[in-house]
Amino acid sequence: MKKILVILLVFMISATFTFAAGQKDAAEDSPLKIVLLVKSLGNGFFEAVADGGVEAAKELGNVESIYMGPSASTAEGQIEIIETLIAQQVDGIAISANDRDALIPVTKKAMKAGIKVMSFDSGIAVGGRIVDLVPSVEELIGRQQVQLIAELTDYKGQIGVVSATSQATNQNAWIDWMYEEFKDSKYKDMELVEVVYGDDASDKSYREAVALMQKYPGLTGIISPTTIGILAAAKAIEDEGMQGKVQLTGLGLPSEMQHYIENGTCVQMALWNPIDLGYTSTMILEALITGKVAGNEGDKIDCGRMGTIEIGKDGNAVMGTPFVFNKDNIAKFAAMF
Amino acid sequence: MRELIKKREFTLLLLIAVMLMLIVTQAPSFVSPENILRIINDTSILIMVSIGQFMVILTGGIDLSLASIIGFSGMAASMLNQYFPDLPVILILFAGMGIGTFLGLINGVLIAFGKVPPIITTLGTMSIFRGFTFVMSKGQWVTAHEMTESYMNIPHGSFLGLSNLIWAGVIVSLVMYYFMKYVRTGREIYAIGGNKVAALFVGVKENKINIIVYSLVGLLSGLAGVMWTARYAAAVNETAIGFELFTVAACVLGGVSIAGGSGTVVGVILGALFLGILTNALPVVHLSPFYQLGLQGVVILGAMIINTLSEKRNEKKLLNRRLQ
Repeated sequence: MKKILVILLVFMISATFTFAAGQKDAAEDSPLKIVLLVKSLGNGFFEAVADGGVEAAKELGNVESIYMGPSASTAEGQIEIIETLIAQQVDGIAISANDRDALIPVTKKAMKAGIKVMSFDSGIAVGGRIVDLVPSVEELIGRQQVQLIAELTDYKGQIGVVSATSQATNQNAWIDWMYEEFKDSKYKDMELVEVVYGDDASDKSYREAVALMQKYPGLTGIISPTTIGILAAAKAIEDEGMQGKVQLTGLGLPSEMQHYIENGTCVQMALWNPIDLGYTSTMILEALITGKVAGNEGDKIDCGRMGTIEIGKDGNAVMGTPFVFNKDNIAKFAAMF
Repeated sequence: MRELIKKREFTLLLLIAVMLMLIVTQAPSFVSPENILRIINDTSILIMVSIGQFMVILTGGIDLSLASIIGFSGMAASMLNQYFPDLPVILILFAGMGIGTFLGLINGVLIAFGKVPPIITTLGTMSIFRGFTFVMSKGQWVTAHEMTESYMNIPHGSFLGLSNLIWAGVIVSLVMYYFMKYVRTGREIYAIGGNKVAALFVGVKENKINIIVYSLVGLLSGLAGVMWTARYAAAVNETAIGFELFTVAACVLGGVSIAGGSGTVVGVILGALFLGILTNALPVVHLSPFYQLGLQGVVILGAMIINTLSEKRNEKKLLNRRLQ
């Protein structure tokens, strides 16, 4: 009995080797398998990420984009999938992690097996990936907000900011960059008159937006870089009959702002775009797999329509300025997230 | 006239007048007719819900869960509107009120039959109702695009120059004024809070009163929930967080005794208006937001002290008169 088992085992092992060898041969001309592993399936945001991956694969030609995710957003589910991906010997995995630390052992194992691993959207801690791609940085977000409102107000008038809470770190950093951007001489006819805090409550944000319009007759625009704030400000502008007189921009979710973008209360607003995330991640992985770059600090990767992305310290990379949503594209994105 | 001056409501009215005059020196357009209407419109929800809180406080209890009831029923009504856009909005309005009443009833039953102190019961249900709002909505918001025009028009539509929201506030105020003053149950609410033992001896049923009172708060909060989400054209999961404390402040400012038994609907309305004017005026006055926050507390406390002291003086005068 024991003998039979041993023979069987030997047979199986050799079979696996021959099979693997066969696969290696086939890999010469078969496309690179790049997996986009998301937090969970059935989420419009991540489905858009997958679309971006397919777009990049088409441009690159030698890439097959695979979209995967656990049914519930758990680190365990992602670990299981990564284990099977190691067994399947895919070429690269881009992960939006459910836990920045829990995935490290399994992604290290994947990297040891020759798979290039990166994270995007929700990062993995240093050591567990080669590159972490963040959608944007404070400076780009803050400066872009000012540029958007300036386009709408024709570079004229007083601008107010409806922020979240006064202690919100990200809000304050963005607002600091707004002040910085306003120093440019092209904004000489504009002034950031006041920052008010809506505390991410619809009633307070609304009241503060109304007060801005009452207090500053020369107000031409409101910037609200927070989702509840921009919604409440839009409603306040509409209720006060100030559409067209007071312009609005900020950071908002397309599905929540669709109404106001379509009716012109908020002509344009910004947010990172999941399609771009999937597209850029696939581009970066392709560069890593084909050996164009090693993923070291200072490496520059050509990312097609997203331009050149430079890898910074600890493998951190920044995608770019947030995507601008307007009347023409809002319906498409509102269906996604 | 002398009777009038003695009343605490009158002091509050004077305080409101003084506050308005101070604001006018800073922002002259603040007292324009349209701005006054805007403030009343903005305060109507606070007025409705504060009257509910007032009844609870009268019985010696407190309702900390009403903001969560506003959030839950507002979300439920908005989702009804989202998934059944053909449903007449009047039905949705009643559904919102019904859901609110049911949640209030849960509070009432727990307090009446579970014998859990109101502050603990409603502290618990505050989290439960808020939690279920997230569960029901799966964390998603309902926004303008998913609401029908007629739903968003519930508070905005107008009749005889006043918005429906103001009308709702006025109707609730009148009905509750009558109810608390002339209806037997209303008087029984006062009786329970004033002297529970005496009230029980004359046949007032405490359990019945508790259930009625908490259900009524639920009803008013349900109404407020529909108004709130329709007004801001957004049902978020955090709707009205912290609002319960504003209703308590409105009651106490309006002369309602936190120990129960005394207070009037008129006082509560004035208390709510005082807060409404203050929260609308602060952003208009040129002050840093941090000073605003501090100033809000100072003004509320100051008004409270003046109001209580004036009452004390009146009591002393009364006492002296009796002694002479």
